[in-house]
Amino acid sequence: MRAAYPDAVPLAGGTDLMADVNFGRRRPAAVLDLSRVRELRDWHSDDGTVFVGAGVTFARIARELAALRPLAEAARSVGSPQIRNRATLGGNVATASPAGDSIPVLAAYDAEIVLASVTHHRNVPWHAFFLGPKRTALEPDELVVGAEWRLVDAPGSFAKVGTRNAMVIAVAGVCLQLHPSERSLRLALGSVAPTVIRAHDAEALAAAAIDWNDAERPLPPVIGREFGRLASLGAQPIDDVRGTAAYRRRAVEVLARRALEWAVADRRAAA
Amino acid sequence: MIIHANVNGSIQELDVPPAASLLAILRDSLGLTGAKNACEQGECGACTVWLDGAPVCSCLVAAVQADGAAVRTVESVAGGDVLHPVQEAFLDSGAVQCGFCTPGLVVAAVDLLEHDPNPDEETIREGLAGNLCRCTGYRKVVDAVRLASERSS
Amino acid sequence: MTAGATTGAGVGAGARRIDGVPKVTGAYVYGSDLRTENMLWGATVRSPHPSARIVGIDVSHALGSPGVRAVLTADDLPGRRTIGLEFCDQPVLADDVVRYAGEPVAIVAAETAAQARVAADAVEVEYELLPAVVDMEEALRGDSPHVHDFGNVLRHIHIVHGDLETARADVWVDGYYETAMQDQAALGPEAGLALPGHEGGVDIYAVTQWLHVDRQQMAPCLGLPEEHVRLTAAGVGGAFGSREDLHMQLHAALLALRTRRPVKMTYGREESFHGHVHRHPSRIWIRYGATHDGRIVAADVRLLLDGGAYASSSPAVVGNASTFAAGPYEIPNVRIEGTVVYTNNPPCGAMRGFGAPQVCFAYESAMDALADRLGLDPVELRLRNALRTGSVLPTGQVITGTAPVREVIERCRAVPLPPAEDTVGRDPISYPGGAGHVSRGESLRRGVGFAVGFKNVAYSEGFDDAAEATVTLRPAPNGPVAVVRTAAVDYGQGLYTVLAQIVRSELGVEEVVFEPASTESGSAGSTSASRQTTMTGGAVLAACRELKAALDGGPATLPISRTHVFHHRPTTGFDADGQGDIHVSFSFAAERAVVEVDTELGLARVVEIAAVQDAGRVINPLGAEGQVEGGTAMGLGLALTEQVSLDGGVIRNPSFTDYLIPTILDVPPIVTEFVEEPEPGAPYGLKGIGEVATVAATPAIVAALRAATGRTLNRVPVTPDDLVGIRPPAATDGRAPVPAVSGQEAIPEALGLGLGQQQLMKAREP
Repeated sequence: MRAAYPDAVPLAGGTDLMADVNFGRRRPAAVLDLSRVRELRDWHSDDGTVFVGAGVTFARIARELAALRPLAEAARSVGSPQIRNRATLGGNVATASPAGDSIPVLAAYDAEIVLASVTHHRNVPWHAFFLGPKRTALEPDELVVGAEWRLVDAPGSFAKVGTRNAMVIAVAGVCLQLHPSERSLRLALGSVAPTVIRAHDAEALAAAAIDWNDAERPLPPVIGREFGRLASLGAQPIDDVRGTAAYRRRAVEVLARRALEWAVADRRAAA
Repeated sequence: MIIHANVNGSIQELDVPPAASLLAILRDSLGLTGAKNACEQGECGACTVWLDGAPVCSCLVAAVQADGAAVRTVESVAGGDVLHPVQEAFLDSGAVQCGFCTPGLVVAAVDLLEHDPNPDEETIREGLAGNLCRCTGYRKVVDAVRLASERSS
Repeated sequence: MTAGATTGAGVGAGARRIDGVPKVTGAYVYGSDLRTENMLWGATVRSPHPSARIVGIDVSHALGSPGVRAVLTADDLPGRRTIGLEFCDQPVLADDVVRYAGEPVAIVAAETAAQARVAADAVEVEYELLPAVVDMEEALRGDSPHVHDFGNVLRHIHIVHGDLETARADVWVDGYYETAMQDQAALGPEAGLALPGHEGGVDIYAVTQWLHVDRQQMAPCLGLPEEHVRLTAAGVGGAFGSREDLHMQLHAALLALRTRRPVKMTYGREESFHGHVHRHPSRIWIRYGATHDGRIVAADVRLLLDGGAYASSSPAVVGNASTFAAGPYEIPNVRIEGTVVYTNNPPCGAMRGFGAPQVCFAYESAMDALADRLGLDPVELRLRNALRTGSVLPTGQVITGTAPVREVIERCRAVPLPPAEDTVGRDPISYPGGAGHVSRGESLRRGVGFAVGFKNVAYSEGFDDAAEATVTLRPAPNGPVAVVRTAAVDYGQGLYTVLAQIVRSELGVEEVVFEPASTESGSAGSTSASRQTTMTGGAVLAACRELKAALDGGPATLPISRTHVFHHRPTTGFDADGQGDIHVSFSFAAERAVVEVDTELGLARVVEIAAVQDAGRVINPLGAEGQVEGGTAMGLGLALTEQVSLDGGVIRNPSFTDYLIPTILDVPPIVTEFVEEPEPGAPYGLKGIGEVATVAATPAIVAALRAATGRTLNRVPVTPDDLVGIRPPAATDGRAPVPAVSGQEAIPEALGLGLGQQQLMKAREP
């Protein structure tokens, strides 16, 4: 359908598109209503792979995917209950704001974005999909079908900072996910670069410092502080009406350190 | 485009422009002006209605998406002349001042109590976090939800 | 918490709102809900530039746009071309220049709202950019661009009392403070409906705070006598000062008269930010001198307000702010220099507190600094210097009414502090940062802060304020019904409920109904300045008593009516030294805030606020608490989250996405208490209560943040950058110079320019 009506704007939850329409920033001549496509509303987890359809709302993610803690925490932090009932994973992905709440989670999961057109399906690794602020690798005749990743049953978390206690666009966000089977972890940063980015230097430091054989071994505080510092160095934040670059660096440093401390503590508690 | 939606229990046939919002159709085509336009961006909740049973910001729903769906607005909350316990509680608690946010809050509060009849303070506040009010400071809104909950148990 | 509301109750009861049922069912009609047959929609074309000459306007494309029925520019205006609350310095539609980004330039009417928007976008305006002045101190400099021909000083207030030069103090503290531009952010937008009348007149249903001042401005601009311009209040969804100046009323009326069809206009949120005045940003330099034992002997304040492009009510705001600038304290030697300047920023005017919040932030912050320097408890310092009945203010005015400042302070201090909370193991949403899930209890520090503020009730400086009301007893099967006719607007505070309670108590009549508020009756004055319960309540009370006296003779023939116009006692203007009986009455409030700060992230959570307010006599406890709670929340917004962010005179955040008013997760429990010492000369001894909570809340919260973090925090809103210490305190190069003006009058008045509304502002002859 998308190929037949290339000017029709895809629409699912409408929480991004309709906001633009209401403010006169976009006047689509036609919309492609994806909210009725049943397949997009499915999620499944089998064979160690999780697939979440583009049409799954954040309310459902928070309720039905609570076991995937970082994803559920990100979903719970989106907007408001009303927004969560409509906003979808696919919309978050297709809009590709660097502040999109689900994107750091997808990055920390090493997720692939599943795309489809009339002629083909393809999976694109997240870092090849998000190209810049609100720019993606989506072709004009393609739709986002969902995201999938290998299930990791290990501690992780999502956190985002805003200037009030609810309904904020993230000034800075982080997602951390331990991958014990690989003796590594992923740390993704949101709102501090043109796209969501991974903090590779910080990841390497922590991967080397964590005792992957002994879950009860505490992590020296200096590691957490250095982890935060390296994460912050990797960020490229800007000043905008929502926050300053200097504060964003500070927030990333603190959030990253806390995320690591929580992951280590949760790992110890589970053991 | 012609759509058919069940609005407050009766099927409506409506001709809607492609990008018109459900809020605009409810207010302008159906005269259901309870849902309000206060921000047009889903930031304030004054336009909250139920869409297939879930509270949503109707300003962010394209009207075409209501085709075949069930829409309930604040006008459906009272039972004729009998107010819903949430509405009574809002009045008894002093939770209404200018009232512009009230329809959205009533829908959100009714929905909250339908899912959790005995919410604690944090649950109430998280459940109403999508509704802005400029007049009350929210305290009496929380009181009203608690009062409605107590009265219904 | 007060016990639940009751119906049909009199003065002193928590009566249920008489307009409550339609509000909870969605049936209540606000300006934006109005519609009628054959209606057109209006839209406004606004300048994107803060300062520019209009070279030309091409409306041809707009006129040819589908559904368009009219396009009007300044050339089409039939009468006077300017409006204004105090001075008519503001073009109805921009003529040769635009002076702020957002200024209306043209208006269109079309068959649908969407068509009107498209047509407005099709109006082509050619601008020649001009230099803009967007900094209030720069505006004072002689070489800065002039916003108006007569220069950038709109008004300067000079107050001198005692002798500052000879004041002997042991200790001096100097402080510099800044407050940002705040927006009223009423949920209900500017909206209304204008219908052309048969005789060439026009009927307007509008969202407003004062019908008669709207009419007084509109009639000459429409080229119509006032009797042919009829305004009726539509439901108003909040105002807080943003509905005192004209917004769409005149534009819709012009379009209605041109097209001979009803015209509806309603602003969306973005346009609303451009379509009303905001709270004046301020810079304040304050110096206190005190003896070792904590008696303040001297205060020297310089305050500067940014009035933006047009006068609005700025002259009154700077007058107000100046009279409060030294704080609610007995100080024998005071100098206050207060200036409001024009800039090319968006115009500022009335917002809840009307200048008092800005100076309260400064003087209460300075008081804490003084207490610290003296080694005194901050509350004790305030108690030692608090005003009372009989005190002399810096204006020489003697407080003749009640002033239970000490009691308000002591009662606030006596409210038990909230219990300590566990730092770990809470619901994640209860940590600072709320729904963002940023904490498990790390680096939390609590702080407690205290502030006292005061505000005038009713209008000042010799304004002959009055309110008319008519009460009629009509016969009915179940007993007489009282009908109240008032032009007063209730935009949420519950005025009509209070009036009904007064009628019930005075006449013993259960059922009270209200006629629509319109210009058909005499002016009730503005719903602002915390004045309506006193003024319209006073008129209703007097009318009821006149009715009772008329009925005392024996059985009455109903219907019977009495009309009363209530005036408060006269006030005076400022003399050359800023002395005068400026205000009618004062109300005081103390607030104590407890905050919890995540010191690593700089995120704050207000844990609880205790608010004690001097109310004279509480007419409706539920309504009164609602005003204190809502007012406190608005002060919380200025303290922590709200700022209209300007870049070169352009608003960067005209939306609720980025202009952040407090959510339910941001406002804590508020413990409210009232001190009731009846105010002489006031109906039931009451004092207006709508504003002073807003005044005291901001400094109380900032004081708590300082206690939690040790940061200086001399600017609001406080940001996370301030709390973590990566943004230094606001700095100054020194006091803004005092402009060379003679007299206390606003410059336009002194120059005899566009006197506009000044006819309304003349004092009664003594």
